[in-house]
Amino acid sequence: MNNTSENVAAYNFAYLDEQTKRMIRRAILKGLAIPGYQVPFASREMPMPYGWGTGGVQLSAATLTPDDRLKVIDQGADDTTNAVSIRKFFEKTARIATTERTQEASVIQTRHRVPETPLTEDQILIYQVPIPEPLRFLEPSEVETRKMHELSEYGLMHVKLYEDIARHGHIATSYAYPVQVEGRYVMDPSPIPKFDNPKLSDCAAIQLFGAGREQRIYALPPHTRVVSLDFEDHPFDPSKADAPCALCGDTHSYLDEVITDDAGTRMFVCSDTDHCQTRRAAGHDKEDAA
Amino acid sequence: MTPLLDVRAITKTYGARIGCKDVGFTLWPGEVMGIVGESGSGKSTLLGCLAGHLAPDTGEVLFDTRIDGPRDTLTMSEAERRMLARTDWAFVHQNARDGLRMGVSAGGNVGERLMAVGARNYGNIRARAEDWLDRVEITADRMDDRPGAFSGGMQQRLQIARNLVTGPRLVFMDEPTGGLDVSVQARLLDLLRGLVRQMGLSAVIVTHDLAVVRLLADRLMVMKDGHVVEQGLTDQVLDDPQHGYTQLLVSSVLQV
Repeated sequence: MNNTSENVAAYNFAYLDEQTKRMIRRAILKGLAIPGYQVPFASREMPMPYGWGTGGVQLSAATLTPDDRLKVIDQGADDTTNAVSIRKFFEKTARIATTERTQEASVIQTRHRVPETPLTEDQILIYQVPIPEPLRFLEPSEVETRKMHELSEYGLMHVKLYEDIARHGHIATSYAYPVQVEGRYVMDPSPIPKFDNPKLSDCAAIQLFGAGREQRIYALPPHTRVVSLDFEDHPFDPSKADAPCALCGDTHSYLDEVITDDAGTRMFVCSDTDHCQTRRAAGHDKEDAA
Repeated sequence: MTPLLDVRAITKTYGARIGCKDVGFTLWPGEVMGIVGESGSGKSTLLGCLAGHLAPDTGEVLFDTRIDGPRDTLTMSEAERRMLARTDWAFVHQNARDGLRMGVSAGGNVGERLMAVGARNYGNIRARAEDWLDRVEITADRMDDRPGAFSGGMQQRLQIARNLVTGPRLVFMDEPTGGLDVSVQARLLDLLRGLVRQMGLSAVIVTHDLAVVRLLADRLMVMKDGHVVEQGLTDQVLDDPQHGYTQLLVSSVLQV
């Protein structure tokens, strides 16, 4: 135990060295100044594989102060591998307090969900982003996509939605649903369900997006207008499973479908574990919905 | 009347080698200009310079824009030039794959230009795409297929529909019939001729196929080694070639 803490003391606060954190903070400030614009930054190797949130971790490391309280969400849950290991990482390298409660946290790193509890001015929400470029699967050239952002040529984004409707009869994109920020940049909101898209708009908290492998940071300052793209005759629909939560009975939260046996039995439960627990502690249960 | 396109002294060199040298012509509304010449004569370089794909070393390309009248497209901002390229201009590539999005259905390919200029009503976009596919003889049941499932001739017709859907005034075509067999070529030419006449399009067609220009072009320009060696009315140039190279070109056509 002693040995471990000595090793930890050899790390700078929150793992990254101060110069790196300054570099990342500069990128964050630039991102906040140009909402939705992807700022390139010199992403560092982190002690975890790409795809596990290296972008988000670097943003957290650059944002955390010793007084902060960190919450980490993985697909809405606080208790899955990704969330637990990132939380432990900062407990160890920054020795900061952590929490599972959304209200108590000052910095929230999230993978693919926005908390159900509305965020406040005192909070920062950090998203882990795999592919920051919303146009990537339509236009493989980075030179070309940057040019398209520069000139606001976003017709191609609607081609993707057109293809969805032509093939499925409705816009079948259900996560990483493209948004336009303040009428300017089209942005990938990271693979959050489209149910969460409306929460991005006019959010009181600062929202930061980090893609470690792709070396991009982008940001939404508080109360930024974010609009999900759609067609006049096929408007955006933030859909979710049409059921109440089987544990807390909430009819308004985003639900995970859990298969409970091999005979097709299933249950729907809140994806946001903190939200569900808070409701159950307050005496709500599945009878609520009825 | 103002010419639609006024090209003045375009020169493009690749290092010491000449792409095209001192080329100039005027294109009037509704006119089709053919550019012929052998491989390496600078046809495609010239077309690239006109369409804004290449930056020529010297010269001017004055296009009669709808709002501001004649403007030099080479000194325009890139945003303006790209706007022209998806509204008033069209570019038909020799290889349909260069001009199409192969991962997107035929309807999406045609609709892209509409969406690029701000169309946001799915029903309208689809209706116009269907109308255009019909005009180029692609049936509505192939609308949701990807271009990869189409034959070469269909791909080329799809590319034409995709380009013409926004009602451009000037079409650049680079060997539009290249790589197609003769019967498909004939149908494509027939279609193109109909569309050009019906929509009153102006076009610049680059080809090495004299039959194509005979059918489509009003005027003809013959290029060799980057220079224009002869130009005039199509029939005049083809039936009474003056320059030695043109005579050679005309006599090289195989008679069946």
